[in-house]
Amino acid sequence: MASVQYREINDRSGRFHALLAAFGALILAGLGAAWIMEHRGHVITGMSNRIVWGMPHVFAVFLIVAASGALNVASISSVFGRDFYKPLARLSGLLAFTLLAGGLAVLVLDLGRPDRLIVAMTQYNFKSIFAWNIFLYTGFFAVVAVYLWTMFERRMNSHIGRAGMLAFLWRLVLTTGTGSIFGFLVGREPYNSALLAPLFIVMSFSFGLAVFVLVLMSAFRWSGRALGDVVLNRLGNLLGVFVAAVLYFVAVYHLTNLYMTHQHPFERFILLEGGTYTALFWFGQVLLGGVVPLVLLFARGANRSRGRLVAAAVSVIAGGFAQLYVIIIGGQAYPQVMFPGKVVASSFFDGVVAAYTPSLPELALGTGGVALALTLTVVALKVLPFLPRSLADGDVDSAAT
Amino acid sequence: MKSDRRQVLALGAAVLASAALAPGFRLIELVQARSPEEAASTLQRWGLLIDTAKCEDCDVCVTACHEENGVSGHGRPETDAQWIRKVSLRDKQTGHTQALPVMCQHCEDPPCVDVCPTGASFKRADGIVLVDKHACIGCRYCVMACPFGARSFIHEPVSDQKADVPRGKGTVESCTLCVHRLDRGQTPACVEACNRDGGKAMVFGDLNDGAGELQRRLRAEPSSQIRPDLALNTGVRYQGL
Amino acid sequence: MMRMMIGALLAGFAVAGLAVAADKQPARVVVPLVEIETGGLCVAPTGEMRRDHMKMLLHQRDLTVHQGLRDPRFSLKNCVNCHASRETGSVLGKDGFCSGCHSYASVSIDCFECHSAVRQSRVAGAAR
Repeated sequence: MASVQYREINDRSGRFHALLAAFGALILAGLGAAWIMEHRGHVITGMSNRIVWGMPHVFAVFLIVAASGALNVASISSVFGRDFYKPLARLSGLLAFTLLAGGLAVLVLDLGRPDRLIVAMTQYNFKSIFAWNIFLYTGFFAVVAVYLWTMFERRMNSHIGRAGMLAFLWRLVLTTGTGSIFGFLVGREPYNSALLAPLFIVMSFSFGLAVFVLVLMSAFRWSGRALGDVVLNRLGNLLGVFVAAVLYFVAVYHLTNLYMTHQHPFERFILLEGGTYTALFWFGQVLLGGVVPLVLLFARGANRSRGRLVAAAVSVIAGGFAQLYVIIIGGQAYPQVMFPGKVVASSFFDGVVAAYTPSLPELALGTGGVALALTLTVVALKVLPFLPRSLADGDVDSAAT
Repeated sequence: MKSDRRQVLALGAAVLASAALAPGFRLIELVQARSPEEAASTLQRWGLLIDTAKCEDCDVCVTACHEENGVSGHGRPETDAQWIRKVSLRDKQTGHTQALPVMCQHCEDPPCVDVCPTGASFKRADGIVLVDKHACIGCRYCVMACPFGARSFIHEPVSDQKADVPRGKGTVESCTLCVHRLDRGQTPACVEACNRDGGKAMVFGDLNDGAGELQRRLRAEPSSQIRPDLALNTGVRYQGL
Repeated sequence: MMRMMIGALLAGFAVAGLAVAADKQPARVVVPLVEIETGGLCVAPTGEMRRDHMKMLLHQRDLTVHQGLRDPRFSLKNCVNCHASRETGSVLGKDGFCSGCHSYASVSIDCFECHSAVRQSRVAGAAR
C-alpha cells in the first residue's frame, strides 16, 4: 500500500482568520457567561433546585460523548485492522482530544465552586462514578496523546496497535462511566437503568462519527484537498449503522418501560404529554436523529450526493442534542415518585413537572465549549500534519477492507 | 528474677483488663451527653419519628428550621433553598388527604454520599448526613441522586449567616438535624418548635438507645419509611403514611 | 568580567545595607494594620498564629465537620468573636482583623463566603 502523505493546513486566507475570530468571540462569550455565573450565582441561569443540570450539561455531555465516538475511526483502523481508515486516524484522534477538552471546559466552568477544582483533583470518593470519570477523562487525554504520537513518530509506528487498543478500551470504559452517571441514580424513574451505559456507547459512535464527517469534509473543502466518494460512502454507511443502533437501544428502553405499569406515567410523559419533551423526543430524537439520517443515507441515490451526507450528519447532531435534552432535562423535569398512588404538592415543586427555560448564559457557556473544541482542532490542523494530502478515490486503498 | 517476671505479667494483665473494660465505661457516658471535645461516635444513631396524623395544616417546623439555620428566601421559590417542606398528599383512589414534613432522611446508605466525587457529602459516625462545604465543588450530583429531593443548591450570594450554620453560594446543603444544637445536647429546632407550638408530632432521639422514647415508640407502634423499596434504612420514620 | 562581578556584589551589599537601615527607620513600606482590641492571649503565641493559623484552620475544620469536635478554643466562631472590630463588629472590612492582613498580602480568604464574619453579641442558650 502506498504510504499516505500528511500535510498541515496552509491557509492564510481571510476566511480562515474570520473563522478563528468567530470561534474566538464565542469562546469569549462563554468565558463571560462563566464569570457572571460564578459571581452572581446560578440564579441568573434557568437552572433551579428541580433542574440542577441544564443546557451547559446537554452541551458538555454531547461533546464528551462525541469525543469518545470520534476516536472510532482510528480504532477501526488500529484495533480492527481495517487499513482503509488508516489515513483518517490522525484526525480522529485529534477530534477525540479537542471535543473532550471543550466538553470538560463547560462542565468545570458550570460548577458552583470552580475555584475548588483542585479539591476535585485531589480528594476522591471512589464509590462515585464522577470521581472515576475525573481519572477517565484526564487519562483519556494522555492515552490519545500517546496514540497520536505512535502515529506521528515513525519509530513508534509499530506500537500503533497497542496504543490503539488501549485507547479503544479506555473510551469504552469512559463512555460507560458517562452513561452510568445517570444509570446509577436509584431514585429517578427516567434513569435508574443498566441500559443507559450501552445506550451512551452507541450514541457516542453515532454523534462522534457525525462530527468527524462534518469536520473532515469542511477541512478538506476549505483547504482545497481532494476527498473522494469512496471514503465518504464508507463513512456514510457506517454512520447509518450507528444511527440504527441508537434507535434500537432507544426502542428497547421504552418498550421495556412500557411493559412495567409503574413506569407508565413516565412513558406517558415522554411519549405523549410532556409538551416540549415529547416534541423533542419524536421530532428531534427519533425523526431528526434517526429516521431522517437513515433515509438520507440509505435511500436510492445516496451514494452520489455529498449534500445528503452533510444533511444526515447535521441531522444526527441536532437529533443528538434533542436526545440529550430529553434525557438530562426531561429526566429531571419529571417529578420523583416518593409516594406512589398519591397526588403530591409542596412548596418545593414536588409532584409536578418542573419548568425550565434555557437562559443566555447557559447557551453562551455551551456554545463556548463547542467553539473551544473547534478552535483547538483548527489550530492543531494548521500546526501539525493531521490531514492526508489527498483522499481522492485514486489515492485511497479501496482494495483494503 | 521470678517475682519480677510475675510482677510484669500481673501488670500486663491489669493493663489489658482495664483496656478491655474501659470502652464499657465510655459507653455509659456517651449515651448521655457529649462534651465539645468528644468526637461523634457510631454508638449513637440519631433518628426522628413523625406522626403524620398530628401534622395537618401546621408548618411550624418549617419556619423554625429556616429561622434557626438562617435559610432566608429571596422570593424566588424555584431557586430558594428549602431544608424542610410540608408535602400534601391526596390518594388517587380514595381521595384521602394528609400532610407531612419532608427533610433529609439521613439514610444509613445515602445515595448522595455514594455519588459525591470529593466525599463532601458524608455520613457522620452518629448517622447524620452532612455536606462538608469545604470540599463541595457544587457539581449538584447529590441533588440528582437524592430520592427525596432533600438537597438544595445555593443559587445566590448569602449574607447574614448564622454563626453556627455556615452557608455559601455555589455549594449544596440540606437538613443537618441541627447538628450544632445536637452537639451541645439540644434537639433539632423543628422538633422543639413542633412540641412547643405545633401538633407535637415529632419525636427525636437515639435509634440505638433501647431505653429512649424513640426506640420504644418504634417498637410499639407501626411506622414506615419513604421509599422503603430503596432499602436505604432512613433515620426519619413516619406514622400514618 | 571580574570587575563586573565585584561591582554586582558591591551593589548587592549596598542594597542589603539600605534595607537593613530602613528597618530601623520609620517604615517606608506599608505594613498591615492589625488591631487586636480584646485583651488577653490568643490560643497560641502571636508568632505561631501568624505563621500557622491557616494550617490550624484547615486541620481543625475537618475535625469539627467530620468528627463533631468543637473545642471552643479552636472554633472559628470564637476567633471571630474575639477578633471582630469593636466598631463594625466584623473581622472584614477596611480595617478588619482578617482582611487587613489578607488584603495587604493579597491572599484571598474563602472562609467568609459561608461563615459569619460578625461577632455574636448575644449568645442565646448555647454553651460556649
